[in-house]
Amino acid sequence: MADRERRMTPPYGGVFVARTTVLDAAQVHRALTRISHEIIERNQGLEDVVLVALQTGGVEIARLLSRLLFEIDGVDVPTGTLDVALYRDDIGLRPVMPEAETDIQIDLGGKVVVLVDDVLFTGRTIRAALDALTDFGRPRSVQLAVVIDRGHRELPIRPDFVGKNLPTRRDEVVDVNPEGVLLGEMRK
Amino acid sequence: MTNHLINLTDMDPDAIRELLHLTDRFVEVNGRPIPKVPALRGRTVAMIFFEDSTRTRMSFDLAAKRLSADVVDFPTHTSSLSKGESLQDTVDTIRALGVDALVIRHNSDGLPGQIAEAVGETISVINAGDGLKAHPTQGLLDAYTLCQHFHGSAGAKASLEGIHVGIVGDIKHSRVARSDFAAYRSLGAQITLVAPPNLQPTDPENWPVEITDDLDSVLPSLDVVGLLRIQKERMGEAVISSVDDYVDRYGITESRASGMRDEVVIVHPGPVNRGIEIAAEVLDKRVNVLVNQQVTNGVAVRMAVLFRLLGSGVEID
Repeated sequence: MADRERRMTPPYGGVFVARTTVLDAAQVHRALTRISHEIIERNQGLEDVVLVALQTGGVEIARLLSRLLFEIDGVDVPTGTLDVALYRDDIGLRPVMPEAETDIQIDLGGKVVVLVDDVLFTGRTIRAALDALTDFGRPRSVQLAVVIDRGHRELPIRPDFVGKNLPTRRDEVVDVNPEGVLLGEMRK
Repeated sequence: MTNHLINLTDMDPDAIRELLHLTDRFVEVNGRPIPKVPALRGRTVAMIFFEDSTRTRMSFDLAAKRLSADVVDFPTHTSSLSKGESLQDTVDTIRALGVDALVIRHNSDGLPGQIAEAVGETISVINAGDGLKAHPTQGLLDAYTLCQHFHGSAGAKASLEGIHVGIVGDIKHSRVARSDFAAYRSLGAQITLVAPPNLQPTDPENWPVEITDDLDSVLPSLDVVGLLRIQKERMGEAVISSVDDYVDRYGITESRASGMRDEVVIVHPGPVNRGIEIAAEVLDKRVNVLVNQQVTNGVAVRMAVLFRLLGSGVEID
């Protein structure tokens, strides 16, 4: 769950109450290590690979991935952040967070962009991100890495790298944080 | 709570800081290869300018377009208003056309506020300058420009604390001075007003700061010199007995500028009267003259205002 959801008022937000731990910190680390290897394998190295983290949930994950990629392959992969609030189809329903900044210093033309987020749910954030990316150049390809794929897609979007597939109810909430992944719900 | 922007003096300082923080986001958007986002797709902004304006109008126009809003111009000179339609009827008509926001400039104090009351919550009204009263987006963009200059950006806690700003010129007849004052003050700046005695505010109780007619006495302590435009169209009212006298006492001439530290910042809302408020050589050559930066930031500030009012679903306090 991103900071954005935490701040939303009912009926969209509330207080997150955890029910079960899905992954602990070590398991998240192992999943990200595997994803790092998969990114390198898929792209036959890290040449032209750029990580773009989605604000706000993807930022910490991308930081970890970038460190792991460096440990494995010795390459310092360029990393940017992207906030898609201005591209969403539900503008007005979600708070816009001025501090969730977009910071992409490089031309994405010809690059392999790996979008990084914590949770893949309806796919609408990714749809917005794909729109936003085109304003920064024309990437050679765009791939998607997420820690949790929780299903309930509303658009034809699929991830390339997944930490864990987690069947959920639509009204449940998945919280990814440095200590692990929790499943629970929002209480008013 | 309101979905209008009428006057900064009515606004909570936190709401001003939040708008400036949001402006950071649009400065970033404007620096992109494609400086346009779909945030206000399907929204329509009507521009109603009863007074001539080039930069404010273009700035609002660009701001709306960079947010993908549609913009319609209401030609006040050739409109039904000149055929005798009342302002209220005109506004009702514009509302019936289905616009989401009115950007209004008018020469009478308080008119945008009255229109805001008349239209209620259904449409956002943005004051683009009314009479001598307020020019809120100018105040915001000037404050933003100073924050950016001193701190790199506005950030979550925009502040001008520890900065001494002199507002210099025809304060009495300046809506810019009023809005700048409100914006700088809510960010904690120290302010001194500098004006000839007959151009000082007639309501000093609303300006609880030092007021002086002697620029040279305060200049050494200023971090920012905020020049106001001398409105030549007011010369007929003999507000200034002689341009030479004014330049001599209040103009940033080459000799006055040479006595100023390089770090001292000069801002001016434009258009500049070269050789009156500031010498052409100083305007063109001196470092830290932020006039063009103000214009650039004006677009981002107005994007923040339009987005906050029309797109975010959050009201300004």
